[in-house]
Amino acid sequence: MTLPFAMIAVVTLSSAVAAMSLRNLVHCALCLVGTFGGLAALFLQLDAQFAGLAQVLVYVGAVAILIVFAILLTRGAEPAQQPIVAGSWFIGVAVAALTFGSLVVTVITSSAITSPAGPKPDVAADVTVKNIGARLMTDYVLPLEVVALLLTAALIGAVIIAMPNEAPDSKLKAESSKLKKSTNF
Amino acid sequence: MLDLCDQIFVLLKHWMLGWPIWPESVKPLVSILLSIVPIMLVFAGLFAIMTVLERKGLGRIQNRYGPNRVGPYGFLQFAADGIKALTKEDVVPRAADKVIHFLAPLVLIVPVFLAYSVLPFGRNMVPMDIDAGVLFFFAVGAATELAVFMAGWSSRNKYSLLGAMRAIAQMVSYEVPLIVSTITVVMMVGSLSTVKIVEAQADYSGQWPQWHLFTPWGFAGFVLFLIAAMAESNRSPFDLPEGESEIVAGYFLEYSGFKFALFFLAEYLGMFAVSGMAVTLFLGGWTAPLAFLSWLPSWLWFFAKLMALIFLFIWARGTVPRMRMDQLMNFAWKFMLPMALINILAAGLWHFLPAGMGRWMACSAVIGIPYILLGRGLVGGKQFAKRTYRFAE
Repeated sequence: MTLPFAMIAVVTLSSAVAAMSLRNLVHCALCLVGTFGGLAALFLQLDAQFAGLAQVLVYVGAVAILIVFAILLTRGAEPAQQPIVAGSWFIGVAVAALTFGSLVVTVITSSAITSPAGPKPDVAADVTVKNIGARLMTDYVLPLEVVALLLTAALIGAVIIAMPNEAPDSKLKAESSKLKKSTNF
Repeated sequence: MLDLCDQIFVLLKHWMLGWPIWPESVKPLVSILLSIVPIMLVFAGLFAIMTVLERKGLGRIQNRYGPNRVGPYGFLQFAADGIKALTKEDVVPRAADKVIHFLAPLVLIVPVFLAYSVLPFGRNMVPMDIDAGVLFFFAVGAATELAVFMAGWSSRNKYSLLGAMRAIAQMVSYEVPLIVSTITVVMMVGSLSTVKIVEAQADYSGQWPQWHLFTPWGFAGFVLFLIAAMAESNRSPFDLPEGESEIVAGYFLEYSGFKFALFFLAEYLGMFAVSGMAVTLFLGGWTAPLAFLSWLPSWLWFFAKLMALIFLFIWARGTVPRMRMDQLMNFAWKFMLPMALINILAAGLWHFLPAGMGRWMACSAVIGIPYILLGRGLVGGKQFAKRTYRFAE
């Protein structure tokens, strides 16, 4: 464990804990951004430039703004009067433990760790942005297109929900034309 | 001699790094500092000069003198402004969220400075040549939106919050055409590295440079990029977030003293950074505009182009009136975004068609026809005529 890794880990974990335990929702959201930033730093420290920078661009730039907007538009930002720990906390802990366990099992049994010791191939040199793009456009083009279709559908759905049902200014126009007639002596 | 002049800053850094006073272990750190400190000094200095030049230029456009009291021709005005900002009382509203109110200017200024780390200022003069340079630039740029929100929300002021909401809506909307118009360059160069993008434009055909600006897709991309950059840096005509006549000063209304100066600094540094990116992407970075001028130092050309773009920003501020919120959003989503997407198509055509006049005609048609149709469609059959005034004539 190197010093940069330790520093990043402490920042990431402490801001994650703060995001769960602070009372003010906006503070929680901002702490969550700290966690996102820490994760991006971890990616960058592992020489995964694309993953790290995409993490910043998508999560810090877009998802965080979305969360903050959702908080402000749906409820007051004043701290709620209920206890911080919800009654069903054990379910959450169980789900978290399950996820963590499955991740640990996957990582330990992956070929990168179980393969015999010796000169490991230089993975970082292979994961350039160019290679990622080439693979996305050849081997993984179908998943990419499916995700694109899903996102487009979500976007159109959001626009349709946000659209007013009737023509918004028909009433207004009628009013204003009435007004005009009455003043037009 | 000329070569020495071109590489003088690189050689200076190597010479200072060679001093025997540094132990071997701190040398990387010293090298980083020797890259960072000049950038901070040069661009902070440029900010100081630019505030005066902008006020002078605006004054000239509006037929008045501008600042002319401090120093020769008023050019020391920035020093007076700086001292004023430093000595003013730092007022924090009683209801404000103190911690976030304090953090917001810092969170804003750090990504703005980080953006400079991938710009090539001259030959061999890039602080950090990484594989995903352009992506890095936009990633750190996206982090500034959060700082704007923090400033607006923590002030507990309706105008601040409104300004922050406007700013975020505007920045999110214009970030899309900004990045999409960049994609054409990345497509044609085949790399996200800023150094490679400049090298791809370094050749000359005769005396004429092969900048991306001098192709149909490059020209359209440059115009789209510049408009989106103006909106991203909240400059007039896109300065709704701080519209004085409506919401006083927007998201930094409740800031005073040096924190206010930091917001001001961040706005200008963001403008310089995005102009530098436009120079790198479309105007050939540090290459000379004509082949026989290549003997001048490369960094001189970069800064000359940067100043020209900044002049364009000031000119636009002095002449174009502020837009309305609905105009702003319609313009981003109904005009800029379709044009940027069509521009990608034109760039693809340019890549696959054989070189010659036919390619020029085809690509110009692909960009020009949608431009005219979109423009006509958005106007919606309205008739424009000279406005007649009843009482003000």
